[in-house]
Amino acid sequence: MGTGTGIGRVRGLGSAKHGAHHWLAQRYTAVGNLLLVLWLLFSLIALPGLDYESVVNWIHNPLVAVPLMLMIVSIFMHLRLGMQVMLEDYVHDKGLAFFSMLLLNFYAYAGAAAGVFAIAKIAFIGVVK
Amino acid sequence: MARTNSRPLSPHLTIWKWGPAMAVSIIHRVTGNGLATAGALGLIWWLMAAATGPEAYATFVTCATSPIGYLVMAGLSWFFFQHLFSGLRHFVLDMGAGYELKTSKTWSILTFVLSTIATAAFWAAICLGKF
Repeated sequence: MGTGTGIGRVRGLGSAKHGAHHWLAQRYTAVGNLLLVLWLLFSLIALPGLDYESVVNWIHNPLVAVPLMLMIVSIFMHLRLGMQVMLEDYVHDKGLAFFSMLLLNFYAYAGAAAGVFAIAKIAFIGVVK
Repeated sequence: MARTNSRPLSPHLTIWKWGPAMAVSIIHRVTGNGLATAGALGLIWWLMAAATGPEAYATFVTCATSPIGYLVMAGLSWFFFQHLFSGLRHFVLDMGAGYELKTSKTWSILTFVLSTIATAAFWAAICLGKF
């Protein structure tokens, strides 16, 4: 079942079983971004100030650090998938397409690692005098 | 790609009258890639500065609160809300709904209206609380 009809393939029931994985992951991370970035924006509004101490003391709280890390992961997964589609559409040269995909993956993983590390450092150490 | 000049080309971007659905589609891509580059780098800069210490954070604040800094932040916030509402429109379209000509046009225009209102509301809330 599923290998013959178009709708079956779209639902990921084709021989690969994960034909729609990229498309679905884009949606899952979109919902993640929707919830987590809105939470960040409302939190920024609610904070007493956006100075160094206010921001670091806020991120120091585990209930802030963990969702903030999840937000970084969701954002960078989403932007990796989204920019991949853009590059697939506009970069036609095969060698250049490979190189741009390489750079995109470096960027996405490096950015996510930097973000998670920064949050972890603040969560463990807090305000630096 | 090889193209034979003797063959007619299919009508492309230049020949169509622009409509809201076309605009919201390309703007979704533009805002997404703007957020993916400038937005994500700005976010990482902010977090890294906060993790490094008061001096690094002060440098970030000086840049962010310069005229260009405010322009970039205002632009990115509109990019975010536009991408958000346009993304919600995509969820509806993914379900196979909202393709009727009038419905499609109305919701396309509404994404621009809602994103502009949300951006103004966000900055009003920030300014009321912080200054």
